[in-house]
Amino acid sequence: MTTSRRITYREAVRQALREALASDERVFLMGEDVGAYGGAYACSLGLVDEFGTERVRNTPLAESGFTGAGIGAALGGMRPIVEIMTVNFALLALDQIVNTAATLRHMSGGQVSVPLVIRMATGAGRQLAAQHSHSLENWFAHVPGIRVVSPSTIPDARGMLKSALADPDPVIIMEHAMLYNEEGELEDAEDHAVDLDRAAVRRPGEQATIVTYSAGVKKALEAAGRLADEGISAEVIDLRSLRPLDDETVMASVRRTHRAVIVDEGWRTGSLAAEVATRIHEQAFYDLDAPVERVCTAEVPIPYPRHLEQAALPQPEGIVAAVKRTLRR
Amino acid sequence: MTAPADRRVHLTHAHAVDLLSRMTRIRRFEEACAEHYSAGRIRGFLHLYIGEEANAVGVCQALTEEDAIVATYREHGHALARGLPMGEVMAEMFGKAAGCSRGRGGSMHIFSVRHRFYGGNAIVAGGLPLAAGLALADRMQGRRRVTACFFGEGAAAEGEFHETMNLSALWKLPVLFVCENNLYAMGTALEISESNTDIAAHAAVFGMPAETVDGMDVVAVEAAARRAADAIRGGEGPRFLELRTYRFRAHSMFDPDLYREKAEVEAWKTHGPIVRFTEWATATGLIHAGDVETIEAEVAEEVAAAVAFADAAPFEPVEDLLKDVTTPREVAR
Amino acid sequence: MTPFTMPSLGADMDAGTLVEWTRRPGDPVRRGDVVAVVETQKGAIEIEVFHDGTLGRTLVAPGEKVPVGTVLAEILGPGEPMPAEASQSPAPAAAAEPGHAPEPPPAEAPPATRVEPAAAPPAPAAPTPAPSAAGRVVATPAARRRAGEAGIDLAAVPPGPGGVIGLAEVEAVAGRPPSAPAGGETPREARRGGPDLSGMRKAIAAALARSHREIPPYWGSRTIDVTDLYAWLERRNAERPVAERILFAAPLIRAVARALKESPGLNGHLAEDGFRPAEAVHLGIGTALRGGGLVAPALHDADRLDVAGVMAALSDLVPRARAGRLRSSEMTDATATLSSLGEDTSDSLMPLIYPPQVAIVGCGGPVRRPWVVDGEIVVRRVMTVTVGGDHRVSDGRLADRFLARLETVIKEPDAP
Repeated sequence: MTTSRRITYREAVRQALREALASDERVFLMGEDVGAYGGAYACSLGLVDEFGTERVRNTPLAESGFTGAGIGAALGGMRPIVEIMTVNFALLALDQIVNTAATLRHMSGGQVSVPLVIRMATGAGRQLAAQHSHSLENWFAHVPGIRVVSPSTIPDARGMLKSALADPDPVIIMEHAMLYNEEGELEDAEDHAVDLDRAAVRRPGEQATIVTYSAGVKKALEAAGRLADEGISAEVIDLRSLRPLDDETVMASVRRTHRAVIVDEGWRTGSLAAEVATRIHEQAFYDLDAPVERVCTAEVPIPYPRHLEQAALPQPEGIVAAVKRTLRR
Repeated sequence: MTAPADRRVHLTHAHAVDLLSRMTRIRRFEEACAEHYSAGRIRGFLHLYIGEEANAVGVCQALTEEDAIVATYREHGHALARGLPMGEVMAEMFGKAAGCSRGRGGSMHIFSVRHRFYGGNAIVAGGLPLAAGLALADRMQGRRRVTACFFGEGAAAEGEFHETMNLSALWKLPVLFVCENNLYAMGTALEISESNTDIAAHAAVFGMPAETVDGMDVVAVEAAARRAADAIRGGEGPRFLELRTYRFRAHSMFDPDLYREKAEVEAWKTHGPIVRFTEWATATGLIHAGDVETIEAEVAEEVAAAVAFADAAPFEPVEDLLKDVTTPREVAR
Repeated sequence: MTPFTMPSLGADMDAGTLVEWTRRPGDPVRRGDVVAVVETQKGAIEIEVFHDGTLGRTLVAPGEKVPVGTVLAEILGPGEPMPAEASQSPAPAAAAEPGHAPEPPPAEAPPATRVEPAAAPPAPAAPTPAPSAAGRVVATPAARRRAGEAGIDLAAVPPGPGGVIGLAEVEAVAGRPPSAPAGGETPREARRGGPDLSGMRKAIAAALARSHREIPPYWGSRTIDVTDLYAWLERRNAERPVAERILFAAPLIRAVARALKESPGLNGHLAEDGFRPAEAVHLGIGTALRGGGLVAPALHDADRLDVAGVMAALSDLVPRARAGRLRSSEMTDATATLSSLGEDTSDSLMPLIYPPQVAIVGCGGPVRRPWVVDGEIVVRRVMTVTVGGDHRVSDGRLADRFLARLETVIKEPDAP
């Protein structure tokens, strides 16, 4: 019999960390203030008391250094989980992620794998302004050799970490900062690993396909609800995996609905939305009954005041309007 | 666990011949690389180590098979000193599937996990965090091993150098940092790139014991490396060696060497590691008449065989292009 | 003699200018000696020899720019005589000498040696008609494809909102409901008076003309004894009220669908990127309409229904087809088609395949014929079944297998 509990996304991440640390001695968590402070987003709160400072390891403020050390430790037989406070800080570790983690297997001719998990917070919505709010998932999803996933639900927040740790290659988990306080049901299943390869249909529909990920899922679902009130049936697909992309699920939907709207909190230029739109054109062009629409973040560094921040981000109103444009309504 | 390597250098006839032989192998191998580069059989960048052979050979004397090496893009010497078969290294230079990295890496990315040789890292200072991580894994798993991390003095200007030095000293990681100071980062002289040209002094900031050594003296390098490796194995945390050396060739093949005087290069060549050790060991009677000729003949044969092996080896089929980007699932578990 | 060539010092070096010879012809040289200076894009570089010997003739003079790989000089081995002439007049007797002719660098093939592609791949057949020449037609890709399939000239389609011809506009002209009705698959009332037969006739013409033009067919036939099936039907129907009676078509459809399920090469669609076998069997049921039209709507998952289930589906499908109220999925989902003329008709028929399907099954009328059973001639009711397959996808052997399987399955109407 399975039981379920109501918990937050943050608690689901913490539970996943606890389960990983408890079940595999090779696992350790490393990052800035993951110890006594409990992590910048409190994901590891209390874990240092349970597992000690060796395995819940505070690092100096040196993203490249400790991310690279995570790569080395993975080569040395450990299963490190590196936490980087936000994606903006991850730019300081881009050298290690792109030039080392992603390349070692290939340039060694397949001699090594790098079983490293990097977690980082991403996204806007908390008025953290232009150096703590960006969505740069596409930067990482651009790079062969690493996997990029983005949990949008409570079960994924827990299950993706387990699956990522089981993956032999580097996996980056992008956790949207606005999701940490989301509440939902979590089943106490024994094996809670999830399939990292597949997108998920979060709401079935017939007339248009909304493709999104991360915090975009919630907004897309809200938009789909409003559209339903007007008699328009929209399907919502949560990509989940940003590299590799699950083309099959997206194309099957678009071939049926003939219309696609992509919702992406990244900037439009060179975005994941651009990638998904291009793939739709490559693979389902003759099924399209309208140009593919994109709802992205305005091309501006995220502003501090709330009204401007919200105006910059994709919102349900914009998604509703985009779906209607595809229906020529 | 194997017993830690002995601290002192035992200068017997056999050891002297071994040191000379190892340095000569690197020298002649690289000369052959230059030849095959000029003929177009080796492509990409080719950074030769000629002049710096005493560093790799001396340090590797202090390492056991269980220890690890992280090197840079100028790593042919380290790979050979570590014991990678010359044929595999040459095949890698030729881009052949028989190369130690299946030809995927080339001159700058020599890897051999069975020799615990972790590259071949061609981002300056990019290998330092990697070495710290390997050492961290050893520490966390209770293994008394050393990770030797080679880099040039140019790396000392990079943030990753300082980040890793701090992390390693803070966590007492078993890393042997080996800075091969050949005075030029590509064409930028040390005095125009560092506020403090005493590289070993950088280690002091992190409370890390450091030593400056004449990198043209293979015996001095070996002795210093043994002292440092012993301390690391004794749990004393990381050690830092600055080896003062010089490269006789340009930075890479396509470098007209505009940034230094010919006379400076010639002056360094007169006390190059091979000529200097040969003269000294001959004068002291450590090596005998005929030893040099024997070594040269053996090395020439080995180099010729390595070239023939590389030449005859097949290229990887283009159908395999996308192989080894990620780990196949059946291998993973 | 060993040639001394312009070295390749980097992938971005194509040529170099000889600045000076640092050795003269006749000078002894040793491996590693600098013998010349070459000017490159990056500056002057001293170049070395890789062989011991004597510098022979120099073939390139200072100031000359030559491609990588060009022979600059000769290195003579021990005992090799110095050519009598100096570099300005190469000896004609030295036939094997490359002289001034530049040799291509070994690693980089010059353009001349590049292999031209043998033949461009054939352009894919245009999947849609070109826009009307009279004026620019703004139509979506899906609308264009649909119009192409239905043989509809887009110029004759009244545009929808924004002047755009979408799927809905094409479907309206084709006499079918739009593909994505509000609220899902609920059929929308078609225009009064049933389907637009003239439009339909055009669509049939287009589809079958395309079939005849593009599909190389093969056919296979087998005459099957259906006497026992008729007896089974009579027994079954005798127990049931009229409304629940089963027609012969129901077990036939079920049997054809099940035999197709086991013949993947006959069930699916041929797309631009090749044959896509279908998992499910959605059997198109050739249905004649009053007034001369013909449609073949899909009976979904026909292989998974029992006889009663097929009958129920058929009872729903055929009246709607005749009323022009088919669902869009029924118009497009068929993975193969069954054409059965019914009783008192031709003995057999050889129908054309509906693209993009790859097979069609045609059944003649079940008729009483003298038949050999256990070595004796008796009167039995038999039916000739013909299967047409697309030779681009499968071969006649598959037809044999299909027909053999059909003969077995059709005799087991109660099988689970």
